[in-house]
Amino acid sequence: MNIRVNGEAREVRARTLAALLDELDYGDTTVATALNQTFVRKKDRRETTIAEGDEVEILTPRQGG
Amino acid sequence: MDAIARADDALEVYGAKLGSRLLVGTSMYESPAILADAVRASGAEVVTVSLRREAGGARAGGAFWDLIKGLGLRVLPNTAGCKTVKEAVTTAQMAREIFDTPWIKLEVIGEDDTLQPDVFGLVEAARILSNDGFQVFPYTTEDLIVAEKLLGAGCEVLMPWGAPIGSGRGLNNVFGLKALRAHFPDTPLVVDAGIGAPSHAAQALELGYDSVLLNTAIAKAGDAVAMAHAFKLAVRAGREAFLATPMEPRDMAAPSTPVFGRAFS
Repeated sequence: MNIRVNGEAREVRARTLAALLDELDYGDTTVATALNQTFVRKKDRRETTIAEGDEVEILTPRQGG
Repeated sequence: MDAIARADDALEVYGAKLGSRLLVGTSMYESPAILADAVRASGAEVVTVSLRREAGGARAGGAFWDLIKGLGLRVLPNTAGCKTVKEAVTTAQMAREIFDTPWIKLEVIGEDDTLQPDVFGLVEAARILSNDGFQVFPYTTEDLIVAEKLLGAGCEVLMPWGAPIGSGRGLNNVFGLKALRAHFPDTPLVVDAGIGAPSHAAQALELGYDSVLLNTAIAKAGDAVAMAHAFKLAVRAGREAFLATPMEPRDMAAPSTPVFGRAFS
């Protein structure tokens, strides 16, 4: 299945957001997620399915001004 | 003012009492160690942070977050770079989950050259986020009407720019900033962006602004830690000067040495 992750085209096997994080080796990294520009809470990732063409954002804490 | 009076002069924002009136960013430092030392030297009790993309396995964000948590300060996440209401709202929701705070420095950027706020989107995003339980710190201009609408949208603090982000130009529109201060005497006002030197920060506090938020002026100084301390002193000096009521400027000279008793007169 082809989706975009953080702006890059990716071919993935995962069918849920939680499975996608595992597949992409995020492990226990502190991240926040959005699917098609809508926030997905951590506790909802396992039930959130992803589909062909979806856009996923995976963000982590970073320096800011 | 004595030290006891100064200790009572806390800045209160959304119920939080802050002993320091300097808020600092965490970006562009040469190293994490210099960042940590500079933040400590600044005396700031609030630091701004952001969210950015990270590839799986990179772990850079986690290391940064551990460093910030180790400082034991309040964090103010931002929505830097967001250009639409949707982007800003989603980023704020993501930040709330990661940083575990209802505080959000709301930026909706309207134009790349000046990084000027899109004040229409800003008001709309502020209303959505305030209704969702956020405590919004809006990065805005000195426009009085926009300020009125932001307060109506639920904001309890306003953060007008001094000058474009990262420009270091200081307070571009002193008249406008004074008008904003006069129009909203009871609203916490923070000059955010454009501060380049400690004198700019002192000037903002002398005008009656409650606080300043800056990043580049410290991070890009030749000695960031020393500059952070200089800003700490400037903010204190500016605040104490404001509380002491500065003299009114006048157009003509007025001798400071007594005229009475002058020789040869």
